[in-house]
Amino acid sequence: MTRARRLRLRVFRVIVLVLGGAFFLVPIGAMFEFSTRGNRVGAPRTLEAWTTIVTYPDLLGAIRDSLGLATITSVGMLVLLLPTMIWVRLRLPRLKRTIEFLCLLPLTIPAIVLVVGLSPVYRWMAINLVDTIFLLSFAYLILVLPFAYRALDAGLSAIDVKTLSEAARSLGAGWGTVMFRVIAPNMASALLNACLLSVALVLGEFTFANLLSYLNLQVEIFQLGLANAGTSIAVSVASLMFAFILLVILSFFGRPRKRVAPERTGLPYPIAAAGPR
Amino acid sequence: MTTTVAAAAVGTATRAGVEVRLENLQRRYAGVTALDGLSLTMAPGELVALLGPSGCGKTTALRLVAGLEQADSGRVVVGGEDVTGQPTNKRDVGMVFQAYSLFPHLTAWQNVAFGLQMRKVDARQRRQRAGEMLELVGLSGFADRFAHQLSGGQQQRVALARALAIQPKVLLLDEPLSALDAKVRARLRDEIRRVQLEVGITTLFVSHDQEEALAIADRVGVMHSGRIEQLGPPTTIYSRPATPFVAEFVGLTNRLPGVVRGGEVDVRGSRLPLVQPDTADGPAIALVRPEAVSVASGGETAAAPLVGTVIATAFLGATSRVTIDLGDITVLAQLPTSEATALPAGTRVRIAIRADPVLISRDEAAPERA
Ligand SMILES: Nc1ncnc2c1ncn2[C@@H]1O[C@H](COP(=O)(O)OP(=O)(O)OP(=O)(O)O)[C@@H](O)[C@H]1O
Ligand SMILES: [Mg+2]
Repeated sequence: MTRARRLRLRVFRVIVLVLGGAFFLVPIGAMFEFSTRGNRVGAPRTLEAWTTIVTYPDLLGAIRDSLGLATITSVGMLVLLLPTMIWVRLRLPRLKRTIEFLCLLPLTIPAIVLVVGLSPVYRWMAINLVDTIFLLSFAYLILVLPFAYRALDAGLSAIDVKTLSEAARSLGAGWGTVMFRVIAPNMASALLNACLLSVALVLGEFTFANLLSYLNLQVEIFQLGLANAGTSIAVSVASLMFAFILLVILSFFGRPRKRVAPERTGLPYPIAAAGPR
Repeated sequence: MTTTVAAAAVGTATRAGVEVRLENLQRRYAGVTALDGLSLTMAPGELVALLGPSGCGKTTALRLVAGLEQADSGRVVVGGEDVTGQPTNKRDVGMVFQAYSLFPHLTAWQNVAFGLQMRKVDARQRRQRAGEMLELVGLSGFADRFAHQLSGGQQQRVALARALAIQPKVLLLDEPLSALDAKVRARLRDEIRRVQLEVGITTLFVSHDQEEALAIADRVGVMHSGRIEQLGPPTTIYSRPATPFVAEFVGLTNRLPGVVRGGEVDVRGSRLPLVQPDTADGPAIALVRPEAVSVASGGETAAAPLVGTVIATAFLGATSRVTIDLGDITVLAQLPTSEATALPAGTRVRIAIRADPVLISRDEAAPERA
């Protein structure tokens, strides 16, 4: 490669980086700028919108609930999906297509259709069981299924599940040990991917919660926006930052310690973190 | 020095081999008969190699012994105990796979210690035993390496140490060398044999490479469509194959047309005895080993039954393989290299066939070589 060509390539890279960065950072910067404006024209800059976040009682509750939902959904997703996928891969390979189809199905169904279908169930649960926002995690489980499936599938494809589990079995390991002590540690980054995708998705979810009349973070932000635009924007920026930090953590921990094909470790999808869905 | 340490290590690990019996194993997969009544009895401490072309059921047989696959019928008996219905993790088998199978998230010694952990051996003893096993396979300096920091041959040696660490009753090796290059293969093959002899464990070794199987085994079982066609010591398998399939699968064989008459076969005037004297008379193909063909130069003069021209010579080291054109067929002869160098291509030669008992093949289809 000639020097001129290398230079051109470098310039091209910098330009792409700057443009891409601007595309993401300008709106966030604008949001931050807006959230620090005073209430009147010509008023001095103030962090009041930010400080009200902590004092706003409903908001903190909503943040807590959303984090709780994110945790329950992630754990539920792992408990449901990981053993199923490993089992299908090892013992029932002919079911793979079916499982894949089922898991990807929610992608093709608009959220509004799901909600309409689910709302009688939710009304029934709210009346006959308990009425808590954490019931939403059932719906969210369905929502995160396609993304989590993809992430886990990539992780499982990167290792020789069959040989590893047969080796472990021949050494005396039961199925539980095979799953949790042999397979799972070797797809740690895929597990992390799946969890963080779930978390980001749940934290950014609006439609389900709003239509099923639960107050999660995004619904609260929306209502806050009607009353106090500055704080609403501040919370949005904060939740974007939160998702961003999660993703940084992901790429940090997800770095392959060992020989894992590098192209397999990235996120399976670009995600629209923390925006209302 | 290595050997004394290794021997000491084995002192604690030794368990007298047990008898392993495979009784009339049947296994079908949708439409395919993988095993068709396979029976095999392995003496304590014996190494038996299953040899056969691709798809003949070698892996299936091994997996039935390991319990990774269930037989449709038949039994597996290990040390007098019927283990047919037992799951793999209760069977006490050590296994080395064709694919690299070390746990990538564990170091070499942790891999070796994994099976001991499953058996609830305490941490200090685990570490010590793992160290001994790595020493046995000559890798004590590599205890803290991860799989990706080891070469293919080293990985397979760790896998062997891991399989042996749990002191299994049977050791199962499914083409453990096939992913390695030729030089490492031969060395590791001898290494496996040394370790197996030291530990004295009953071992089933699967291979489609006849040289490998003949070199390593006490007895070789040549498999053909789900059954053992011949079982015997390597020398017997090679020099006295019981069936045409074995003759052609193990080693190179000349297929020479002849006529069976009265318990002998006439190949161009050479009368050769038959392995099976009751073969019906008529035209047939005699299977003759290249070693049974001798060559003398200066063809035309003598009243030799078979005269031809040397067309190619392949040097194999101490011996050479000479291809001789007899006009309508070609014959391979294996000669000491010193003799073969005197026969450049184009030389007219006279060949003779030693009167060893030969096999007769009447079906034209040669077996597929793996
Ligand atoms: N899980 C399976 N499903 C269907 N057929 C199978 C399965 N496993 C093996 N077979 C078939 O059973 C037969 C024997 O297979 P096996 O793997 O034992 O052969 P092999 O002797 O080990 O061959 P190779 O040398 O290629 O490894 C083959 O015809 C194969 O196609
Ligand atoms: Mg095989």
